[in-house]
Amino acid sequence: MSLIHQTAAELGRLIAAGETSAVEVAQAHLDRIAEVEPKVHAFLHVDPDAVLAQARAVDERRAAGERLGPLAGVPIAHKDVFTTADMPTTAGSKILEGWRPPYDATVTRRLREAGLVILGKTNLDEFAMGSSTENSAYGVTHNPWDLSRIPGGSSGGASASVAAYQAPLSTGTDTGGSIRQPAAVTGIVGMKPTYGGSSRYGLIAFASSLDTPGPFARNVLDAALLHEAFSGHDPMDSTSIDAPVPPVVEAARQASVDGLRIGVVKEFGGNGYQPGVLARFQEAVDLLESLGAKVVEVSCPSFTYALPAYYLIAPSECSSNLARFDAMRYGLRVGDDGTRSAEEVMALTRAAGFGPEVKRRIMLGTYALSSGYYDAYYGSAQKVRTLIARDFDAAFQQVDVLVSPTTPTTAFPIGERADDPMAMYLADLCTIPSNLAGNAAISVPCGLADEDGLPVGLQIMAPVLGDDRCYRVGAAVEKAFEDRWGGPLLKEAPAL
Amino acid sequence: MTETLMPYDEALAQYEPVLGLETHVELGTASKMFCGCPTTFGAPPNTHVCPVCLALPGSLPTANATAIESTIRIGLALNCSIAGWCRFARKNYFYPDMPKNYQISQYDEPLCFDGYLDVEVDGETVRIEIERVHLEEDTGKSTHVGGSTGRIQGADYSIVDYNRAGIPLVEIVTKPIPGTDRLAPEVARAYATELREVMRSLGVSDVRMEEGSMRCDVNVSLMPRGSSEWGTRTETKNVNSLRSVERSVRGEIERQAAILAAGGRIIQETRHFHEDTGLTTSGRSKEEAQDYRYFPEPDLVPIEPDPEWVAQLKAELPELPSVRRRRLQAEWGVSDLDMAAMHNADAISLVEATVAAGAPAADARKWWMGELARRANEAGVPLAELAITPGQVARVTELVASGALNDKLARQVLEGVLAGEGSPDEVVAARGLQIVNDEGELSAIIDEVIAANGDAAEKIRGGKIAAVGALVGGVMKASRGKADAGRARELILAKLGVTE
Ligand SMILES: [Zn+2]
Repeated sequence: MSLIHQTAAELGRLIAAGETSAVEVAQAHLDRIAEVEPKVHAFLHVDPDAVLAQARAVDERRAAGERLGPLAGVPIAHKDVFTTADMPTTAGSKILEGWRPPYDATVTRRLREAGLVILGKTNLDEFAMGSSTENSAYGVTHNPWDLSRIPGGSSGGASASVAAYQAPLSTGTDTGGSIRQPAAVTGIVGMKPTYGGSSRYGLIAFASSLDTPGPFARNVLDAALLHEAFSGHDPMDSTSIDAPVPPVVEAARQASVDGLRIGVVKEFGGNGYQPGVLARFQEAVDLLESLGAKVVEVSCPSFTYALPAYYLIAPSECSSNLARFDAMRYGLRVGDDGTRSAEEVMALTRAAGFGPEVKRRIMLGTYALSSGYYDAYYGSAQKVRTLIARDFDAAFQQVDVLVSPTTPTTAFPIGERADDPMAMYLADLCTIPSNLAGNAAISVPCGLADEDGLPVGLQIMAPVLGDDRCYRVGAAVEKAFEDRWGGPLLKEAPAL
Repeated sequence: MTETLMPYDEALAQYEPVLGLETHVELGTASKMFCGCPTTFGAPPNTHVCPVCLALPGSLPTANATAIESTIRIGLALNCSIAGWCRFARKNYFYPDMPKNYQISQYDEPLCFDGYLDVEVDGETVRIEIERVHLEEDTGKSTHVGGSTGRIQGADYSIVDYNRAGIPLVEIVTKPIPGTDRLAPEVARAYATELREVMRSLGVSDVRMEEGSMRCDVNVSLMPRGSSEWGTRTETKNVNSLRSVERSVRGEIERQAAILAAGGRIIQETRHFHEDTGLTTSGRSKEEAQDYRYFPEPDLVPIEPDPEWVAQLKAELPELPSVRRRRLQAEWGVSDLDMAAMHNADAISLVEATVAAGAPAADARKWWMGELARRANEAGVPLAELAITPGQVARVTELVASGALNDKLARQVLEGVLAGEGSPDEVVAARGLQIVNDEGELSAIIDEVIAANGDAAEKIRGGKIAAVGALVGGVMKASRGKADAGRARELILAKLGVTE
């Protein structure tokens, strides 16, 4: 099997055993990027020489006798919303074009410490706001399954790069579904850890109380290995949880649902859901039952209000988080011709530097936080958030995990929802509750929809710090489906 | 534009002032509020900065535990309740010296609330109610170059130093203070003075108003006598000394009274105080309040002070300044007036340390409030900045008590110490300032003086004893002040055969 089709775990083993080198593996992936990138456009930045230098350094560390982790020498695509001291960081926005951060995000630093080789920075919706990468200031990323369709978002470059074998692993961030939805629509695995389980330091903020870094991979074990590599307590992030990382790798190896209680969320289904998605979801539920799980229906009535609550909380936080982009210290500066005031330069820069979706959300959030509206909007949304967390708590009294489709539909055509924000927002219907409650959730492939032959994702939700349950159930589903399909779902994808 | 003012007495005859003070105190923590940068004053611009306090994309704040502890101690010293659970909040507004374009502050959940501070004015105790004490971060410092006002409007360009951005700042807000009547300016000053002393006693800040580590915003409104409805208030900023606190209140009362008496109305606004004129000018032209869109800071976890820890902090509070003053006054046996004078001159700690070094309280007070206060005044520096230690002052009092120095010589010794000539003993030795106790030497000097002043000697022999003063003066001059004047007089009279 060629190097680019190997799993990350296998690549790590081959490099450790000396059967290949980090440089060789990096070169294979750089070749693949060169080959398919013109069709996919998953990356905003790739510097082959710098990649090979990183790979050489890992090989040298190993040659010097350093004990390295299981992913040492394995390449990874890094979402361009994490700061990297040696690469530009744009967050998909014109306002940060050409910006070189002076520091590494904690996730970036931990990738380097684990010996992962960063191939480059992946495309995203501007400031991670979107579900399609169509909001990127640097062009849309194409879904490797069907280049006329979106790869999901905001981590669409991350999902596409892994689905297109440009990288075995990638990082993402999930604020309302930005890891799970792209994973679902590209037929790969994407995990949103428990909020606070992975550090936000150096992650360019969209919505602080929701943003969560997480892994993408082509299989559950690889995702767990990456999860373990960059997660854990970070004193630089006040909201980071000071607790050990749940035993995610062990759980991925365990791959069993025997005796587990699994709840099907009653509120996710019916109108607005693509029949092929519902059919594949039902098959997955049946499969879990056949594997020894006890399946029950669980009602979470507050989930109905998750979407509106999210679209108050996330824009409110973003309206404040994005205030720092003011042309004063870094990034774009427009109108500084010596005649204009600082305030005018700020306004002109922000008008020119932010795209329409970012502006829409800044305005929504500014309005929702205004004096006189705060209680009705932000205040009410926070109450809904509490209710959703209570629904989860009650559900997890009855069951070990909850399941739902990851998204109501498969990948939609590029341009189809670009002018209809409400339709776009519905892509995150099933994923948002876990962001509001902060619990763990994963998306694993569960087949292709009959109507369009495109991937469908199964979402598995676990309690706060129950991340290992996502991997345990996800790995069991993956193993059973692969036995049925005769291999991973991704082998059904057309050649690029 | 010149403001019309109403003379103070006339203003007070017609109106009653209501005060309010918001005081910002920079905490003297080693590092900033939300990052590890140092807080030392006076570093080259933009050298104490990092991704967090420059608000680089992706950076996150982490709260300084020492700053939280200091704020709780301040709250306890001001008799406040301490929140069991509270959060930081974001105050959103755009300004170039605020890197995030929001300030991390506290809004409806302050760390400390509902306290008071007693201050003394004219021998009366006035209780100032404290509404809240909360913790926030300072902004950077803008310098506006060009233009006439030094403000951002009209400047050619502005430069920003972010060294100050993120320095922990405690804001102490009083409840409205009615009933101070004509003493309003003095009450405002006494409050600021007392607050500064509380901060010093806690050791949480260097509270240097001239360096901006303590800043007062003074709110003033007037209501017509007989009315119980408070008037519209103004908020005066940039009040950078205790004296200015007093002057700004007086000036604002005179200004507002003139407007109200002429049938005008007070605009709710921010005003800037000018040291040179003692007057304020309008700061913001817009009357509507800015909408800061406060919301809980999602990047920081709530503060939940452990009640046991708070109780321990309370138990370990140092003696507060007013309690200490009362204790020292009793120990020293001084009058209210003398104590107030020492307080106003910032001399209490110096006197206390001098007494601790062995000086009698009366002597310590005499030197600090007399000769040394005069010299500090001449040099235009605070008493504490004179180049002399309480230990050295104590040594001088000891030399005087032992008869080795008289007051005149002691003043010369102090002068020598202040001039950097060494310790009091070194100055005595180097300048040869010992009193002449050698009877033989003194006797020889007296013989010379009598010989040189035959007329005066004759008058004395003839019974005009008052003329002895001239001869004593001659002896003191000849001995360059080192003679014991009393003993010289006795010897002169004895040599001339005169008895009193
Ligand atoms: Zn800093």
